[in-house]
Amino acid sequence: MAEPAVVIDRVSKSYRLYHERQHSLKSTILTRRRSRFEEFWALRDVSFEVARGKTFGLIGENGSGKSTLLKCIAGILQPNEGSIVTNGRVAALLELGSGFHQELTGRENVYLNGSILGLSKREIDEKFEQIAEFAGVDQYIDQPVKNYSSGMYVRLGFAVAIHLDPDILLVDEVLAVGDASFQRKCMDKFRELKLAGKTVVLVSHSTGPMRTFCDEVARLEHGRLVAVGKPEQIIDDYVDEGQEDVQHLPGGAVRSGSGEARITDLALLDASGKRTTHVHTGEEVTIEVTFEARERIEKPVFGLSFESVDGIYVWEQHTRDGGLEIDAIEGTGRIRYTIPNLLLQPEEFYIHASILDYTTAHSYDVLRNSFRFRVGRGTPVQSNGIVSIPGSWERLADRASASPVP
Amino acid sequence: MSAIAGRLTRTAGPIAELGRSRELLLNLTLREIRGKYKRTFFGHGWSLVNPLSLILIYTIVFGQFLVVNIAPGDPSGVDSFALFLTSALLPWMFFANALQAGMGAITSNANLVQRVHFPRQVLVAAGVLSWTVSFAIELAVLAVILTIAGASVWPWVPVIVLAMALLTLFAYGFALILSVANVYFRDTQHFIPILLQLWFFLTPIVYPISYVRDAANRLAAEGWDLPIDFIYRLNPMQRFTDVFRDLMYDNHWPSLADSLYCVGATAVLLIVGYAVFKRFEPRLAEEL
Repeated sequence: MAEPAVVIDRVSKSYRLYHERQHSLKSTILTRRRSRFEEFWALRDVSFEVARGKTFGLIGENGSGKSTLLKCIAGILQPNEGSIVTNGRVAALLELGSGFHQELTGRENVYLNGSILGLSKREIDEKFEQIAEFAGVDQYIDQPVKNYSSGMYVRLGFAVAIHLDPDILLVDEVLAVGDASFQRKCMDKFRELKLAGKTVVLVSHSTGPMRTFCDEVARLEHGRLVAVGKPEQIIDDYVDEGQEDVQHLPGGAVRSGSGEARITDLALLDASGKRTTHVHTGEEVTIEVTFEARERIEKPVFGLSFESVDGIYVWEQHTRDGGLEIDAIEGTGRIRYTIPNLLLQPEEFYIHASILDYTTAHSYDVLRNSFRFRVGRGTPVQSNGIVSIPGSWERLADRASASPVP
Repeated sequence: MSAIAGRLTRTAGPIAELGRSRELLLNLTLREIRGKYKRTFFGHGWSLVNPLSLILIYTIVFGQFLVVNIAPGDPSGVDSFALFLTSALLPWMFFANALQAGMGAITSNANLVQRVHFPRQVLVAAGVLSWTVSFAIELAVLAVILTIAGASVWPWVPVIVLAMALLTLFAYGFALILSVANVYFRDTQHFIPILLQLWFFLTPIVYPISYVRDAANRLAAEGWDLPIDFIYRLNPMQRFTDVFRDLMYDNHWPSLADSLYCVGATAVLLIVGYAVFKRFEPRLAEEL
């Protein structure tokens, strides 16, 4: 195994929290010392390695220290204790376009920004066309950047940084910027870097892209490293953490909630009322939820949702929106939701079920991934996708061939 | 011997480091220069208007009203208070502007310092160098005027360039300290202009140093035998302005003592400034 791209060895970083920030000489002289401060440990004894060529995610709540750690890796901040070794050229996408000079043109700023990030003039000359094209600002490249839209500004900053040809790319929440097509471009670029054997360290608190994109994930909490490993497990734990009493049931189901009521059974019934796990597009199906309330619960709301096994959230509906007002539940009971025409295409889906309070903010019981069913080919037949949207084609009369095409 | 060699390499260190990031230095300096007069009608014309107006004011006040008597340039033979003044005023103005630009270089580029890792002293150097460019233009204009007035400045150009380089490094060394000080205490940027004002009049720019000697002699005659002349000549800017005046106005070699003093002061300030800067550099991003 080659040497790792980043080695983080027992790194601690503290900030000084000043009781009254003193930037003045007078107060320093009057108090006869620099202002009093408290040490705040943003990072405490963090150690891990990032293997070369891997995409590595850092997750954690706001204030968990992930951005501080990224800045330490980038060399912007220096840890108080421990050491960070990076092998290769590091580029950090922290705030894009920082260092752009408002009055200078896009072209001048590309050269300026490039040299701040460590590119030589020759390297920028070679990559200039690519940078301008990637940013999609070619016709504005000789305009001062103060005239740029915020999107153009950020795209140009990203384009310069990504064309640094770094061995290690550090990315902080920048996936959230730009329009959809630019985001796609970014993802393609990341993929390209990954294929080229480059190392990427991503920081985010949106776990969506992390799950699919990272090879490994580290989770920080209050400056300490909680876990490092495969993304699935760590991200699931992280997502679940917000809710109390998460239970992992056999078969991969996950249960959470305060527990005053429980879903004791979840079933899918076909048109004849028989239990099934295999249905077809266009069939009538019924979902039946059996519950048990240990105490009287006023005005509960039952929710149901479908998620494809690939993780696409397809549908959700609850009784409040569906017009079924339930005064109260106590003891065992059943709820049914009947779908006269199942508009899902052939694919496998999970049913998630929940019992919530009337505001839907509090959950008594949430049961995820407990019931899996397969949809087979039925009618209408559709070409692709996971939902079925019925409709009809029609060919309109041709225009006279003499009239010009508009 | 090795001690001297050691000192030499330590002086060279800060310069060598700038050499390694010379492209960045060049680009940042260009940014400063281009940005300075953007969106102004006169553009870079302002960089000449400002010294011209000062020269005009001082020439009227000290040449006509308060009448400062100066000896004609030796051997140049030029006899003009305005040119006598300008030969020292331009180096001073460069020093004052460069020092203040370097001092604010870290605080005014906070967003860069907090987001990108690069050698921070380059920012200070770029602030100083952007004024070196204006300084060079001003001196060129002055050289033309001096030539018309009868001085022969052109043979001295290589020495003048050397003196400019030395003064630039002197300002850079000083600015390194002030740029860090300004991060911790923003008072610095308000205090320094006042200090510069005082320093300006303590340096023989609008008057010849012979006036100071005369004053010292008068005081000595009254029984106050103070080493005023000696104290006055501790000021490195007195030496620097003297060197420029020797070269441009008088067209003779500066004294060896002055030259060595300038070199020595530059070396000390550069070493100390660099050491202070390096000591605080790692914390700059979070203290801003």
